[in-house]
Amino acid sequence: MRVTSDPGPWALGTGPPMAESRRWAAGERSALEFDPDRETAVDPLNIARWQFGITTVYHYLFVPITIGLAFLVALLETAWVRTRNPVYLRATKFWGKLLLINFAIGVVTGIVQEFQFGMNWSSYSRFVGDVFGAPLAMEALIAFFMESTFLGLWIFGWDKLSPRLHAACMWMVAIGTTASAYFILAANSFMQHPVGIEINPENGRPRLNDIGAVLFQPLQMITFSHVITACLVTGGVVMVSISSYFMARKRELGVFRPSLRLGLYALLIGSIGVIVTGDLQAKIMTEIQPMKMAAAEAQWVTKDNASFSVFTIGSLDGKHEVFSIRVPGLLSFMGTGSFDGTIEGINDLQAEYQEKFGPGDYVPNVPVTYWNFRLMVGAGGALLLVSIVGLWLTRKGRHPQQRWVWRLATWSVLGAFVGNSAGWIFTEMGRQPWTVFGLYRTADSVSPTVTAGEVLTSLIIFTVLYGILAVIEGKLMFKYAKAGPPTEADALASVERRPSDDSEDADRPLTFAY
Amino acid sequence: MDLNTLWFWLIAVLWTGYFVLEGFDFGVGALLRLVGRDERGKRVLINTIGPVWDGNEVWVITAGGAMFAAFPEWYATLFSGFYLPLLAILVCLIIRGVAFEYRAKGTTDRWRANWDRAILVTSILPAFLWGVAFGNIISGVPLDVDHEFAGTVLDLLNPFALLMGLTTLLLFVTHGAVFLSLKTTLEVRDRARKLAVTLGSATVVSLAAVLIWRQFRGGNTGTAGLAVLSVVGAVAAVMLTRAGRDGWAFTATAVAVLTLVAGWFVGLFPNVLPSTTEVLGTLDIHNAASSPYTLTLMSWVALFFVPFVLGYQAWTYWVFRKRIGTKQIPMPVHTDH
Repeated sequence: MRVTSDPGPWALGTGPPMAESRRWAAGERSALEFDPDRETAVDPLNIARWQFGITTVYHYLFVPITIGLAFLVALLETAWVRTRNPVYLRATKFWGKLLLINFAIGVVTGIVQEFQFGMNWSSYSRFVGDVFGAPLAMEALIAFFMESTFLGLWIFGWDKLSPRLHAACMWMVAIGTTASAYFILAANSFMQHPVGIEINPENGRPRLNDIGAVLFQPLQMITFSHVITACLVTGGVVMVSISSYFMARKRELGVFRPSLRLGLYALLIGSIGVIVTGDLQAKIMTEIQPMKMAAAEAQWVTKDNASFSVFTIGSLDGKHEVFSIRVPGLLSFMGTGSFDGTIEGINDLQAEYQEKFGPGDYVPNVPVTYWNFRLMVGAGGALLLVSIVGLWLTRKGRHPQQRWVWRLATWSVLGAFVGNSAGWIFTEMGRQPWTVFGLYRTADSVSPTVTAGEVLTSLIIFTVLYGILAVIEGKLMFKYAKAGPPTEADALASVERRPSDDSEDADRPLTFAY
Repeated sequence: MDLNTLWFWLIAVLWTGYFVLEGFDFGVGALLRLVGRDERGKRVLINTIGPVWDGNEVWVITAGGAMFAAFPEWYATLFSGFYLPLLAILVCLIIRGVAFEYRAKGTTDRWRANWDRAILVTSILPAFLWGVAFGNIISGVPLDVDHEFAGTVLDLLNPFALLMGLTTLLLFVTHGAVFLSLKTTLEVRDRARKLAVTLGSATVVSLAAVLIWRQFRGGNTGTAGLAVLSVVGAVAAVMLTRAGRDGWAFTATAVAVLTLVAGWFVGLFPNVLPSTTEVLGTLDIHNAASSPYTLTLMSWVALFFVPFVLGYQAWTYWVFRKRIGTKQIPMPVHTDH
């Protein structure tokens, strides 16, 4: 049996697959049993979920900066190679240094992600290993080797490689980081919408039978575009933010005016891309995970011409609305492309899923989903506005004098962090109670042999360690941002090549050293 | 050779590559104070591995990814079963991963001294813990019929595994010392060579002891041959370092690491994680494996990309082939603006 778009039929009605019944027989709990103890804080499942949430959101604070900046630094270095205008070299050096500080932390927090599947989610790893491991291994082999090796060459190779080759190294880093995003998003898209599989009758687990479907399903293409444009937004707004700090103080305008304009254009292109792809994603999500979109609007009953609430005050569980501001028909339009389109309600979907998947609670945490959806959309819209206003105010060499303009531009970087984090929290929380939608539940995914004490230990260690790293990283970013770009003389000296035979020059200091 | 066998050996190659490469950069980190001594010396050490350590580390991520893709049961049991040791390794890799970059970005002596301490601990601990982990993998751990780990963390800290940990630590530090004598000049090189001889001799003893012990715990002809090669490699490294043949000495420690790790996998095959309790719990290349479709797919991916990776990593080593001396270190590290 081959599954392409409908995740349903084999997951229902045929009784639990063998592997699952074996676990039930072993007395392990399942999502199907309503066990009140499961909700207590000391449950390994809850701790493991908190750990995954914290480490993933934290990891993703840095990743979009890396992906966005790597691309922008590659552009700046290419401009230097082609024009030989030292301003571009100074800009490359300045933004490159910030990229490196950020890159390191993105890499190390990424290792945790790969280990964590096996450590905390071993049942999940067993269940989906045949499908999920492949994109992860491809990511390591194709993307991680490329980005880390060429980054090493880029950092230490200024005086050893030709300028073209050196710039090419940064392009390889940019391509590597983008490829990495592609593979991990393919794995995530599989969790959102499992395709390219058949169910192994021996153990009830999915077996990969079409890698093309996993790597190129429409959801993946749209998600990748959405994430990459959001990375461009992030890289762009980081540039805008730091450039504005210098612009406000009229320091190093030669470097920061072009940087600001480049950042604003990246922000403009990126945020238009984010909105277009976000719209496409909402439509496909309405089709494949209607529950997520219903939860995004806290829409409990099915409606045609569904309105979108900009803001709601309601009860804590999101079940009762007290006050809201609504745009008529907008939700229907977002989900279906028509103002009269039908948006299914949570209650109807819950009933439908109970019939399909058996008794259980199929409703994600509605307030979390609802608010993160608004934060994501709001951040994207606000950043588009920043780019348009910014490009207008700085058109044809203009330099706004008002301090608040620059202050606002400097703080706008927070919009990217809010948007990126809220987007992931929305899409992952909105998929609950599933890890693989319609196939495998979060409650069944956790490692059965890892104790609550062990998970709590790692949760505390990671949280404390990540907290310390955030402080150090923040301090370094501020310090090196404030220090500004190198002087023209220093920048040019650092790219002076060593003679190939430097026997008489052996003691010449390295132009770059840690 | 079927695909399950192919992937067993591919994963063996990834782990071997990881230990041969990251082994010396663990060693360099561990020797930061002993060989580096002063600020200039320490920076020489850091700069010998600066351009390459991150690429070396990707080998372990790829090994983990390949285990997940090809043998998900192995990955799941091992990573959840060895929870606390892996947590310790992860914490070390996290701190170490920012340490080299961040150390250079501060201005105070205290800042650098703190990162020096961090580099020292986070290089020594994983070098030891990986040995402990593989000591357990090759001798087997308690597994139940569902292939779930049925022991505790104390089961992992048995004498054989601890001796294996000590051996990998000594071997990697020697490997690092020999690497430093190859990559540095003058006083740094002299200190590295002296230590390579002392540490190398200790390594020979530890290596011989653990490999003989291993032979009595279900070794075969293959593991015996590789054990001999490994010990010979370590002995040769000491002699070649004494003779001032740095390049050959480094080749010798690389052979010692390679044959040690190869011996683990040769002894393991066709199992991937033997059970010491339930016989049915043992994971092998068949019951732990992915479907033929996934294995075929991953074989093509590996066939196409592994040569590419090897090519550009080798090129990196070529670009940064020159020795580094204290006179080449620009001082001061960084001036505040």
